[in-house]
Amino acid sequence: MALIDWLGDLVPRLHRAFIEGSRWKLYLQGLGTTLEMTVIALIFGVLLGLIVAVVRTAHDQQRPGRRNPLLGFFNALCNLYTTVIRGTPMMVQLLIWSFVIFKTSRNKVLVGIIGLGINSGAYVAEIIRGGLMSVDAGQSEAGRSLGLNYFDTMRFIVIPQAFKNILPSLGNEFITLFKDTSLVQAIGAAELTYYAFTIGGRTFDYMPPLIGIALMYLVVVIIFTWLQSKLERRLRQSDRR
Amino acid sequence: MIDVKNLSKSFGDHQVLSGIDQHISPGEKVVIIGPSGSGKSTFLRCLNLLETPTGGTITFQGQEITGPKVEIDKIRQQMGMVFQHFNLFPNMTIRKNITLAPVRTGLMKQAEADEAAIALLRRVGLEEKADAYPNQLSGGQKQRVAIVRALAMRPKVMLFDEPTSALDPEMVGEVLEVMKDLAREGMTMVVVTHEMGFAREVGSRVLFMDGGVIVEENEPAELFGHPKSERLQSFLAKVL
Repeated sequence: MALIDWLGDLVPRLHRAFIEGSRWKLYLQGLGTTLEMTVIALIFGVLLGLIVAVVRTAHDQQRPGRRNPLLGFFNALCNLYTTVIRGTPMMVQLLIWSFVIFKTSRNKVLVGIIGLGINSGAYVAEIIRGGLMSVDAGQSEAGRSLGLNYFDTMRFIVIPQAFKNILPSLGNEFITLFKDTSLVQAIGAAELTYYAFTIGGRTFDYMPPLIGIALMYLVVVIIFTWLQSKLERRLRQSDRR
Repeated sequence: MIDVKNLSKSFGDHQVLSGIDQHISPGEKVVIIGPSGSGKSTFLRCLNLLETPTGGTITFQGQEITGPKVEIDKIRQQMGMVFQHFNLFPNMTIRKNITLAPVRTGLMKQAEADEAAIALLRRVGLEEKADAYPNQLSGGQKQRVAIVRALAMRPKVMLFDEPTSALDPEMVGEVLEVMKDLAREGMTMVVVTHEMGFAREVGSRVLFMDGGVIVEENEPAELFGHPKSERLQSFLAKVL
């Protein structure tokens, strides 16, 4: 009997959470912001990660006895960055961005993107570095032996080949980042979790909105994983070309 | 052309080359033979600084390339290198493999480089492969393309690092033919190889290396016919 009561109750609860006052629009808006934050933060993170990875591999691949002091300095800076970012909780970083560094900013979505992007960059740097190292050393030797400089060799020969090895890990990073956007709720950026939380507060009923957004996150991740595996299959085919 | 003085190289505690002196003149075909681990590949790779020597000097066309202020890319543009495992760029067509370096280093415009690439490919009989990818080629074809790729930079000297060692036996011939052609045209060549027939036929001088030093060097007929050192005698007894 209790179950039937609960089920009978569910319809008005769902109605309140999703239909009343066109609340579904808020979820869509939140989901839009979440995706937007994920994509921009990932682009930001990939650019940052690429720079860090190239600096670090360039530093490691210098010929002995010819160390460039400027590169040494940037390498130290990159090391500090990855150590600090990977060694502190994402939540704490977001709170610091929002309440310490950009405490006067009211654009919390932007602050969230900066926090997520800088966090992601540290992980992407390691992903890219691994990808660059996975390319056979003979490839860059061949490039350099032809008289191409370091950056042309990276740009035309090593990075395009590393890309295939990087792609799966980068997909996982996208998924992680997408889910981590929910933390930005804590600094008041209006994304999906934020709306669910607000609606839950307003209707005094947290279950429908929270389960609802959990499903939304899940569906997006499933779709993305499917797209990713399709793309990887494509790239593998081009190997057999 | 290339002057090597007291060259040494060690990896950590492991001494690979000790005190090598060599002079390579324009037009010479120097063939380096010796057992595995004798340092012959390392010596070759020192010549274009793919390995950094730990001691001694290398001078190329009057310029000390082991010195501190050397534009190594400029030097390498004049020294072609062919690798054991071809090292073609799998992400590019054959044409792009060949034209990338001449265009990027400013040696040629793209159209000019494309033309040069086709002309070179025609020479090695692979003209119709210009738009193929390296994976579609056989080992022998790959190595011929790799030679052409190095030649596209119009190098003054060509370095060959065991160019036929990774090939199926029936493909060795086609690669050696290309190298012989190149030798006939007067290219300066330094070749590390296990092909004694090639050494005998093409080499103007053969170096026998063992344990990081040049044990014996001579004209091929003399070196193969009347080996002086015991080490070379026993080596030749095994490989011939």
